[in-house]
Amino acid sequence: MSFEWPWQYNFPPFFTLQPNVDTRQKQLAAWCSLALSYCRHHKLYTLDVMEAQESPVFNNKKMERKLSIEAIQVVFEELRKKGEFSSWLDKNKSRCLVMWRRPEEWGKLIHQWVSRGAFPAHAGLSERRGGRKEFHGLEDWMLLRSLQALQTDGKAEIIIMDDGKGVKFF
Amino acid sequence: MDRFSWSNGLLEINETLVIQQRGIRLYDGDDKAKLDSGVALLSTHRLIWRDVKNHECCIAMPLSQIVFFEEQAAGIGKSAKIIIHLHATPANKETGPYQHSKYSFIKLSFKEHGQIEFHRRLTEEMTQKRWESTPASQPIPTATGSQTGRTRAVGIVGIERKIEEKRKETDKNISEAFEDLSKLMVKAKEMVELSRSIANKIKDKQGNITEDETIRFKSYLLSMGIADPVTRETHGSGTHYHMQLAKQLGDMLQVPLEERGGMMALTEVYCLVNRARGMELLSPEDLVNACKVFESLKLPLRLRVFDSGVMVVQLQSHSEEEMISSALDNVSCTIPNIMLTLTRFRRHAVLDTHLRKMSSHSRETSRFNALNSFRDVFGRLLLLQVSDKGSLTAEEFAKLLGLSVLLSKERLLLAEKMGHLCTDDSVEGLRFYPNLF
Repeated sequence: MSFEWPWQYNFPPFFTLQPNVDTRQKQLAAWCSLALSYCRHHKLYTLDVMEAQESPVFNNKKMERKLSIEAIQVVFEELRKKGEFSSWLDKNKSRCLVMWRRPEEWGKLIHQWVSRGAFPAHAGLSERRGGRKEFHGLEDWMLLRSLQALQTDGKAEIIIMDDGKGVKFF
Repeated sequence: MDRFSWSNGLLEINETLVIQQRGIRLYDGDDKAKLDSGVALLSTHRLIWRDVKNHECCIAMPLSQIVFFEEQAAGIGKSAKIIIHLHATPANKETGPYQHSKYSFIKLSFKEHGQIEFHRRLTEEMTQKRWESTPASQPIPTATGSQTGRTRAVGIVGIERKIEEKRKETDKNISEAFEDLSKLMVKAKEMVELSRSIANKIKDKQGNITEDETIRFKSYLLSMGIADPVTRETHGSGTHYHMQLAKQLGDMLQVPLEERGGMMALTEVYCLVNRARGMELLSPEDLVNACKVFESLKLPLRLRVFDSGVMVVQLQSHSEEEMISSALDNVSCTIPNIMLTLTRFRRHAVLDTHLRKMSSHSRETSRFNALNSFRDVFGRLLLLQVSDKGSLTAEEFAKLLGLSVLLSKERLLLAEKMGHLCTDDSVEGLRFYPNLF
């Protein structure tokens, strides 16, 4: 399924950070949802800001407009503040994690999948991941966080084994 | 001062005028003489002084009386002077304004400057001492009388003599012819120069200034002499000067302001005012200071400063503003009514005033709702104009409304602040879009 761009994507002022406060809030809201849905669609979990500036989501080649680095950082900062959808990997805000699906939700999904019996209760991490398309490309850190979330819930337990980590589901 | 004698001021034969200077006050030694404002004429033979008010009062002194002279530089409140030290009074001196003086020097005070040139010429004359070589005599009506009794000589010497004679005769004729005119010349010279310079200025600017400015310029000519513009000389500096200037500006700017919809950027005002003045230009500081006192003098103009720092001069008690206010008060504030008033005053500076008042949230509760709807409608009007074209830059907007680029940009920015427009900032420039967010 090809990605559908929202109407704002073709509106030139969308790519300029608006000085008017009210307008800016609306603009940022639109950017946040666009960024998240794009990452969800392309299964992107980490983002490098410099590279992102060249990716089609922040760079509309047809209109010759692109979002500035500062503006991209503002967008992800907004995502972070709004509900932990993003978090910075470094102080300079050059790389960030994008959690278009929260760890808790991932955890739930995994648990459901496990409960349906696709895997034995014990399994290594990599096996977990390799299985379904849904989890295809899910990065380690994300998987770990989601499992940790499950652990807090009491639905799983992470076991340190000789050659890595394993998880036990309840 | 007792070296001077009464004179008729006419130049004599062989006497030529070297330089003249207005605004001379005479000092008998260190005391001010009653002769306080006149024209000093330096000729090859004499120093003449004529009273500017009473042309009959004219005194002269032979240059041979002068021992030496020196300059005295101008001080605070004092004009530059030339001090002339004199010989003792000759026995055969004719009567003059002073019978006796305890000083043997006089001073010429140059109230209107010119001392440098005068000094230079005086030095020249004193070195050349032309009065010794060409003795001036009283103008004789029949010039031919002097020719009789000349011994005719032949040869080179004779030819030389003839040439010399011819030269003297020509000289005499000329000075005779100009005798009567010399008085008139002194007066007319200044006037002619002035009117010539004004005429030149008009010619140079032909095609560059508008009709009413030309008319204004010509009216100045008619009243002979730039109608005494408010200068630092006439009114001094300081607040008094600025107040007078403000009054003059108030008169002058009425018509241009009306033409431009009641608002003009200060730079435009500066250009306009100085072009009309021609001479005695205003400095930017003076202009700004004069504009600042508009309010205190209750003049119908105001100086307004926008957020971006742009300064404009605006018509204050414009009758339309009162009309709009009264329209809001009396007429029911339905959108169509306000739209109607707005479309009529689309260009008016008044709208900007209201806009600014509203964006700073005036809390007159009785009119709050009215102002709100006013603001909405105004915003919508601006929005319509922008949406009509899809998007606008400040320059395009200016062309659309016939406003200056500066003011149109201000208006667009204000609309953006109110949320009706949003901006697209790119390498192509700043464009304004209707706020679709």
